[in-house]
Amino acid sequence: MEYYRDLIVVLFQKEFTVRYKNTFLGYIWSVLNPLLFAMVYWFAFKVILKIQIPHYTLFLVSGIFFWQAFANSLCSSSMAFIANAGLIKKLWFPRECLVLAGVLNDLMHFVLSIPIILLMMFYYHIAPSLSWIWALPLLLVIQLFITYGFALIIATCNLFLRDFERLISIFVTLWMWLTPILYNEDMVPAKFQWIKFVNPMTGIVINLRHLFMGMPLVGSLLLTSILWSIAIFGLGYWTYRSFTWKFAENV
Amino acid sequence: MSEPVVIQFNKVSKYFKRSSMLSFGFKSMVLNLPQHMKHLKQAKRFCALNDVSFEIRKGESVGLIGRNGSGKSTTLSLIAQVLRPSEGWVKTQGHICPLLELGAGFNFELNGAENILLNGILLGMTRRQVKEKFARIVEFSELEDFLEQPLRTYSTGMIARLGFSIAVHLNPEILLLDEILAVGDMAFTEKCLKKMNSFREQGVTIFFVSHSPEMITSYCDRAIWLDGGQIKDMGDAKTVCVEYKKAIMG
Repeated sequence: MEYYRDLIVVLFQKEFTVRYKNTFLGYIWSVLNPLLFAMVYWFAFKVILKIQIPHYTLFLVSGIFFWQAFANSLCSSSMAFIANAGLIKKLWFPRECLVLAGVLNDLMHFVLSIPIILLMMFYYHIAPSLSWIWALPLLLVIQLFITYGFALIIATCNLFLRDFERLISIFVTLWMWLTPILYNEDMVPAKFQWIKFVNPMTGIVINLRHLFMGMPLVGSLLLTSILWSIAIFGLGYWTYRSFTWKFAENV
Repeated sequence: MSEPVVIQFNKVSKYFKRSSMLSFGFKSMVLNLPQHMKHLKQAKRFCALNDVSFEIRKGESVGLIGRNGSGKSTTLSLIAQVLRPSEGWVKTQGHICPLLELGAGFNFELNGAENILLNGILLGMTRRQVKEKFARIVEFSELEDFLEQPLRTYSTGMIARLGFSIAVHLNPEILLLDEILAVGDMAFTEKCLKKMNSFREQGVTIFFVSHSPEMITSYCDRAIWLDGGQIKDMGDAKTVCVEYKKAIMG
């Protein structure tokens, strides 16, 4: 147990230091990317298409930071095993920690970007509610398990099917447009409301946004995302476990 | 020979698919679908090890010799348990420490001290254990003055020294060596060999892979000669190496 914890901590520290070590503006870089995207979306949707959503800037930012972390985790996880081929071929160790360290890192970046969201809330005179104390950690845990599950599937599949990483980066972009991040879930026509239920990301995105916009959480969606996180984590871990002994042959 | 058996291969065979078609990617798979289907059906298997059995007892140092492609690395991977045998079984007992390839398990952006921690953890130590041994690792590597420098500024020899220093401080019970000792300078190689000798005295089992008969005769008691995935000869290191030399010289 101690070993497991240490392995994750050290791998996490490694990723974290490497990310910031040589860039003076480390933190700024990591939030600049989603902020720039938010600006462009704001211009396209608010200025040009005149979308009718109050506090649209806050609305955008509260979804985009989250999605950025999720997308980064999925894209970088495709290399998690391949980049460590030398280790995997020679050494037996809990390789899932390589993936977990990456996912935790992106989650950490998301947490670090919350102050920026708070700043915007302040601008719109929205105060964080008391429910933050339990809801934010809970949503982060749900996010961790969903992301970790997907990341394990991607990292494993990419060993056997190398084109997976390209598919993922396309797929993640398309996926974002099918998730209510740039638009409101109520704007989706009744005909397409079913997407909400088959998209594992809907629940968590909506609830996180409600949290950041000072609106009450949606219980049913919270429950759905908990179920999704269990299912996806289970599937991911099972995939990893059933193929892990073949890694050394394919890496 | 009353020492317990620590590595046991029983009728071990290992096959690899000759072309793992999936790692070629979608494009070639879709474009050449018919051929690929055919390939998959025939699934030509490549036999890396064929019915190999041997036992290694605690405290022995055994050399594995053979030409390229004779199955040496496969054997090593089977001992390290990153591969599973296709047939037969492999049993090992005790903490196995493979000496990794140059630079594996290191990060080139991190400095020497951070890399000692990273590599030590990957090789199976806890943080506490690494901290306890940190001073000795640094001393052995003779890299005190470079600890704060990122690893990318190190020379190849320095990285090898750091890697070896970490590995030998792991208290391994079985040490797997894959011709790495040749990278350091003479003085350091000498130091490594001394360390290996002291390991032998402590009863550490050493499994040493090389295609140099000289290295094997000087540091191993026993040798296994692999040829085409099968054991061609096994026994006293000197005798086996003499036979091996005769065979490859023509």
